[in-house]
Amino acid sequence: MVGIVGYGGYVPRLRLSRKAVVEANSWFAPHFAGKAKGTRSMANWDEDSITMAVAAARDCLGPCEDRSGVAALSLASSTLPFAERQNAGVVREALTLGRNVEVMDFTGSQRAALSALSDAVFRAQAGAGETLVLAADNRKTRAASAAELDFGDGAAALMIGRTNVLAEYLGSATISEDFVDHFRIAGEEIDYAWEERWIRDEGVSKLVPEAIAAALENSGIAAGQIDHFIFPTCFQKMEAQLARKCGIRDGAIVDGLMSRIGDTGTPHALLLLAHVLERAQPGQTILLAQFGSGAQAFVFRVTEASASFRPRTGVSGWLARGMEEANYTKFLSFKGQLRLERGMRGEQDKKTALTTLYRHRETILGLVAGRCEITGEVHFPPSRLSYTPGCPALDTQRPYKLAERIGEVLSWSAEYLSFNMAPPHHYGQIDFDGGGRILMEFTDISRGDVESGTKMEMVFRIKDVDELRGFNRYFWKATPVRPLPSADEMKAAE
Amino acid sequence: MASGIKDKVAILGMGCTKFGERWNASPEDLMVEAYGEAMADAGIGPEQLGAAWFSTHMEDIGTGRGGMPMGIALRLPNIGVTRVENFCAGGSEAVRAAVYAVAAGACDIALALGVEKLKDTGYGGLPAATVGTLVPQWYPNAVGPANFAQLATAYRRKHRMDAATLKRAIAHVSVKSHANGARNPKAHLQNTVTEEQVLNAPIIAEPLGLYDCCGVSDGAAAVVVTTPDIARGLGKKNLVTVKALQVSVSNGWEMHSNQWDGSYCHTARIAAKRAYEEAGVANPREELSILEVHDCFSITELVTMEDLFLSLEGNAVKDVMDGFYDADGKIPCQIDGGLKCFGHPIGASGIRMLYEIYLQLQGRAGPRQLANPKLGLTHNLGGQPSQNVCSISIVGLESV
Repeated sequence: MVGIVGYGGYVPRLRLSRKAVVEANSWFAPHFAGKAKGTRSMANWDEDSITMAVAAARDCLGPCEDRSGVAALSLASSTLPFAERQNAGVVREALTLGRNVEVMDFTGSQRAALSALSDAVFRAQAGAGETLVLAADNRKTRAASAAELDFGDGAAALMIGRTNVLAEYLGSATISEDFVDHFRIAGEEIDYAWEERWIRDEGVSKLVPEAIAAALENSGIAAGQIDHFIFPTCFQKMEAQLARKCGIRDGAIVDGLMSRIGDTGTPHALLLLAHVLERAQPGQTILLAQFGSGAQAFVFRVTEASASFRPRTGVSGWLARGMEEANYTKFLSFKGQLRLERGMRGEQDKKTALTTLYRHRETILGLVAGRCEITGEVHFPPSRLSYTPGCPALDTQRPYKLAERIGEVLSWSAEYLSFNMAPPHHYGQIDFDGGGRILMEFTDISRGDVESGTKMEMVFRIKDVDELRGFNRYFWKATPVRPLPSADEMKAAE
Repeated sequence: MASGIKDKVAILGMGCTKFGERWNASPEDLMVEAYGEAMADAGIGPEQLGAAWFSTHMEDIGTGRGGMPMGIALRLPNIGVTRVENFCAGGSEAVRAAVYAVAAGACDIALALGVEKLKDTGYGGLPAATVGTLVPQWYPNAVGPANFAQLATAYRRKHRMDAATLKRAIAHVSVKSHANGARNPKAHLQNTVTEEQVLNAPIIAEPLGLYDCCGVSDGAAAVVVTTPDIARGLGKKNLVTVKALQVSVSNGWEMHSNQWDGSYCHTARIAAKRAYEEAGVANPREELSILEVHDCFSITELVTMEDLFLSLEGNAVKDVMDGFYDADGKIPCQIDGGLKCFGHPIGASGIRMLYEIYLQLQGRAGPRQLANPKLGLTHNLGGQPSQNVCSISIVGLESV
């Protein structure tokens, strides 16, 4: 049996109030008054498709250090930070996966994640081991556009394999068509879209049912048997129209989370799938389809093993942990559309020595310290000489991973002096459970969130942006451990 | 066993510019000013100098690298001029080199000069220092105030102290230094402030407000040293001699073990012990008459009182509030205004501290002159609490 053996998601903490956006732009775009409802997810300034993919992967993989089961890793996104430099390669380093893991970027269409899923299924069918399929998007939109209100940021992860399958792969189908509902030429940041009525009538309404019909046929499942129908769309009632057209029951339509996080783009179908898998019952069937340069559809059946797996936080956990953000200018600034005064301190050159980065890639990207075999002291960054009173020991350190360990704030401050995209700039010394100490930056944090002794967890983020050369420097940051909402709270949030 | 530096070298002359926003003075002008005063005080000519050491921290906005900027600015007679750089301890390092050269007999008379031109950056505060190619890839884009502010959060945790109590104590530190600076015509900041002003100032790095941070100043200071015999031969009386010069540099213990609690400076305690031993000081709280410590931030001064074994651990707040370190207290600290008000041109600061103690010991400190000081201590801390260089010097009257 081939299918989903693990899943996870990630939704950034900030949820931009659509009302705040609509009100700020009402002088210019009063016609959006009707859209002033709910929130959309919004990446922090230090998040991009790479960092969100890492977060989703960690949600799926859990804190276990042994990740040797992963044979391949794919990252699907239409907003990959690098056009050259394998983006999934950065993710692999952050996850400390082995060098023998095959790593791939998938891009170019809104259904790139389903292309990656296809690839993963074929690999599993061929006995090539488990593939971690990641998808993430951090899309830019024009201020005062519908897309600005409709879109959201997020990521999803699926592990595809043959052991302990949670949802069995039954079949799939793809229709490839150069239907240009929107485009973005290389180098541009914002999509250019054609008329919605044409996309609905000639695109979605014709291509998606074709893909669904073929996928159902390949799976030997009738449309009426589908229990969960996932189709991400910004178009009002589009899922219902499709369901009716395809013969899928109304009750099977999965809420697209538009009112809470918006359409996250490439990852959205997988994000909704990860959400459905948290509650789907054994025997239930799931149909997911996505539109983009054609259409693609997959059919899965939930197995008895499904209860044996839980993502670390899970989509419902991320949904419940949102924090409403009413500062529209913060959103514009984080998305690079509003350049706030940075002062001369913001002029500091952020050139990255690539030779240095390569030498220390495990330390920087993987947060791997060195633990002295003799004293047990943990050194970050690792060094040839270990600290031992009176007698430094040579070459006694062994790699010691810190990313999945909880830390505690030893000391901290928050300052308004240096340039930071989200002032005040918080940083401090973190003492890790089991040893190790790093003076590091904090993120996803507000004044009053930390004190000496606060428990912190690690998140992979952009450390600095080199605007001069176009390079993102990644490292780990500390963020307060936020307890998972209780089942009741999550239910209430649903 | 080394015999130490005690009484082997005497101060022959000193000079110090006015510190502050010296918009129209170049670093070369500042050097000439401090050097001129020091040489006039010493009563010698340049041909009598055997060697010179030059301290400056930020070459990119100051003089540039190496010893040449000083050799050329002062038209020195082609003697060796060596640049030393050791963060905020650079000035004290230059003094150490000159003193050691004289003590070793390598030269009879040596010069140490420090200068920093910080007001050519275009903004307030210190510019970011270069830190190599690895550190910027993981280390926070940190600034001094937030590095030192962490002493406060860790100190509070260790001593279970509420935020308001510590905030008030460090406010007292600044109020005291402003009161002292107001009596020093060479000080950058010569205004007094009230505790209320300090407590209500805008936050720079929690919990430090504007008045918890020292001035960022231009300035230079210089010292000429020689042997006590030569000094006497040149007609000098009431000699001020070097009793101890100690430097301690972090070796990573603070960050590469989980033992340091973040509430004090490990190196300062080590350097203090060594300095007291070298100077033969058995009870510093009783024997020291004057302190010039590295009050880059008010919290640094407060914890330094414990690191120097003057206040018992956890007791500095009480001593500070009791006025123990005030101008009329048992051991006046920063009688010249300190980094807080005299100012902090990094490369010059260690020598500026020495300048004040030298004046006080010789009874030449004018309106802020203390009664009969005999033994003084200077303390510099470069870097940040978690990794730093600490220098401690003790000087006193030759008879002490």
